[in-house]
Amino acid sequence: MILLQSVVNGVLLGLVYALIAAGLSLIFGLMEIVNFAHGQFLMLAMYGAYWLAVLYGVDPLFSLPLWTIVLFLLGVATYWLIIARVLRAPMLAQIFSTFGLGVFLQSLAQFFWSPDFRLVPSPLVKGRIEILGLFVGIPELVASLGAVIAFALLYLFVTRTETGRALQATSEDREAAALVGIDSHRMFALGWGIGLACVGIAGVLLSNFYYIFPEVGFPFALIAYVAVALGGFGSIPGAFVAGIIIGLVEVLSGLLIGPAYKYLFVFLVYLIVVFTRPQGLFGRY
Amino acid sequence: MRGTFRRYRWLVLAALLSGLVIPAQLGAGPVTEIKIGAVYPLTGALASTAKLSKDGIDFAVDIINNRYDLALPLAKSEGLPNLGGAKIRVIFGDTQGSPETGRAETERLITGEKVVAVVGAYQSAVTATASMAAERLGVPFLNPDSTSPTLIQRGFKWFFRATPDDDIMSKNFFDFLKDLEKKKGIKVRTVALVCENTLWGTDVCKFERKYAKEYGYEVVTEMLYPARSTDLTSEVQRLKAARPDVVFMASYISDAILYTQTMKKLDFNTQAILAMDAGHVDPAFLKTVGKDGNYIFSREVFSADLGQRKPIVRIVNDMFKKRYGYDLEGTSARSFTAMFVLADAINRAGSTEPSALRRALLETYLTSDKIIMPWGGVRFDPANGQNVLGRGIIVQIQDLKYWTVWPWHLASRDVIWPMPTWRERK
Repeated sequence: MILLQSVVNGVLLGLVYALIAAGLSLIFGLMEIVNFAHGQFLMLAMYGAYWLAVLYGVDPLFSLPLWTIVLFLLGVATYWLIIARVLRAPMLAQIFSTFGLGVFLQSLAQFFWSPDFRLVPSPLVKGRIEILGLFVGIPELVASLGAVIAFALLYLFVTRTETGRALQATSEDREAAALVGIDSHRMFALGWGIGLACVGIAGVLLSNFYYIFPEVGFPFALIAYVAVALGGFGSIPGAFVAGIIIGLVEVLSGLLIGPAYKYLFVFLVYLIVVFTRPQGLFGRY
Repeated sequence: MRGTFRRYRWLVLAALLSGLVIPAQLGAGPVTEIKIGAVYPLTGALASTAKLSKDGIDFAVDIINNRYDLALPLAKSEGLPNLGGAKIRVIFGDTQGSPETGRAETERLITGEKVVAVVGAYQSAVTATASMAAERLGVPFLNPDSTSPTLIQRGFKWFFRATPDDDIMSKNFFDFLKDLEKKKGIKVRTVALVCENTLWGTDVCKFERKYAKEYGYEVVTEMLYPARSTDLTSEVQRLKAARPDVVFMASYISDAILYTQTMKKLDFNTQAILAMDAGHVDPAFLKTVGKDGNYIFSREVFSADLGQRKPIVRIVNDMFKKRYGYDLEGTSARSFTAMFVLADAINRAGSTEPSALRRALLETYLTSDKIIMPWGGVRFDPANGQNVLGRGIIVQIQDLKYWTVWPWHLASRDVIWPMPTWRERK
């Protein structure tokens, strides 16, 4: 019973990890730039949902579309204002540009909103349900359902629409895509927009049950990096599967072996994959 | 204009110089001012905590230097009577929360500012290095607020610590459990130990394990979990499987919040949760978890509701609150108390000579009615400089407030035990 409960929790948790990783993976697959500010964008979305709930009484569930769009626009803006300028710069400059952005956003949050911990006061989805002795938090359930829907939409978009295919083409071969008339800059901007929209959805869903403070994004982003590497750089199904694997490994190793070692096993799984299949589970490279 | 200045420039220079010389002349002569150094993380992540220490110190110095009708040492006189009414001046050094800066600042205060003693430095790691500088230079270092037990295991001659440490306060929990059994017939048999896995939590678990054995409780599970986990379901699952009577916790704020939420979500019930302050007494804790935080016990070093049983606390707290706008809490109350311990010793020594001051500190005996802390008093162990009369209190969250519940003679509310299950709460 306890084992089953843990599996359920692991999957629910993993789906949220996966959604965060998907945005990261998309951006990387497109232009080989790691967004080190990913966790901070997650934090921004969480604060966004929080402030709308506190100041205007808008439940995170209703402000979800708004923040998805805002984060999308932020992504596009980030691309044009920062990333486009360092696209041909040395890798170190690219790393520092996103890393610096992350530090900036975090400090900004600390400055404006103080380092206090906050929770969205009585969100619409709260409490838990009991099914055959299994306890499932409703906000967690909603979050993972939201993640699944977001994933499905993302997958459909990338594989079934003209723009999505253009995005894929750019990701596979920038020059060839340019030859057939795909503007790679527009595709990159779109990739950033979608990538941050993913993290925006994850952030708003998390804000239903997770505490919010300026540094909240870091541990999630760290796990997302592992998920991206595990699933394969640039692979969206890879991020999905890897997120769930990490969630399961974390919860099960914590239960069966000892909480002190749970992250050890997460990284162990990652190392095993890196050794045996360096391109990641679904990777192309 | 320029010509005028040139004509009178010597006059201007002379005026400036005399401004420098005259105070210097006043400074010589009998001791009118005693300088004490205080090293705290005034800038950086702990700046808000350091402000509490600073307010406590400033307030104490005001009471010592001026005439107040209070039952605290040296309150009724102006300055230190045995040194001709000399006044205390505190010079602050900023550690920025770094052990290296803490050491350098302590050195600067002692050699540059010629302070006669140093207090500080809140964080155990910084206290360790700052007191090393004082030890080397032969100046007393009085620590009001660092609870790492390793600080008194170094064989230092010039180190004194007023606060009880994690060792003493872990022991207090088990004294509390025994007292509960004696007074209320509450029988606890099994305990679970949950600690975060950095130095602090690891130490706490070690002491709790030691005392559990000594007092005859069975530890059914002990876990060190990674601090700042994103998820704690496996930890709570383990607790559910182990079914302990009581859970001991040592967590920082983010984990304390997440544990409370996860326990509720997974319907984990136990007789009581005994927390080692930190996250569970952080002002953000109750603000975030709300009524889900009710019934949790925590050890504490101080609580303003002690005033209900100890009038001096109420009087001092009222004055403090009027001036600074908030209640005294553990950090400000301890630095406040340390200044009295130091001033009392300097006054008894009748001199600022280091060895005389050290001797006076060793002879310190302040009874519990002379301090605002819930301690038995202040008396230092000559072997390691620890205040042997220090002890913590235990508070319980009831109706979204912290109330002192133990020791009994200081309690402002009765304990609620066992805590209601999640199903019973509404």
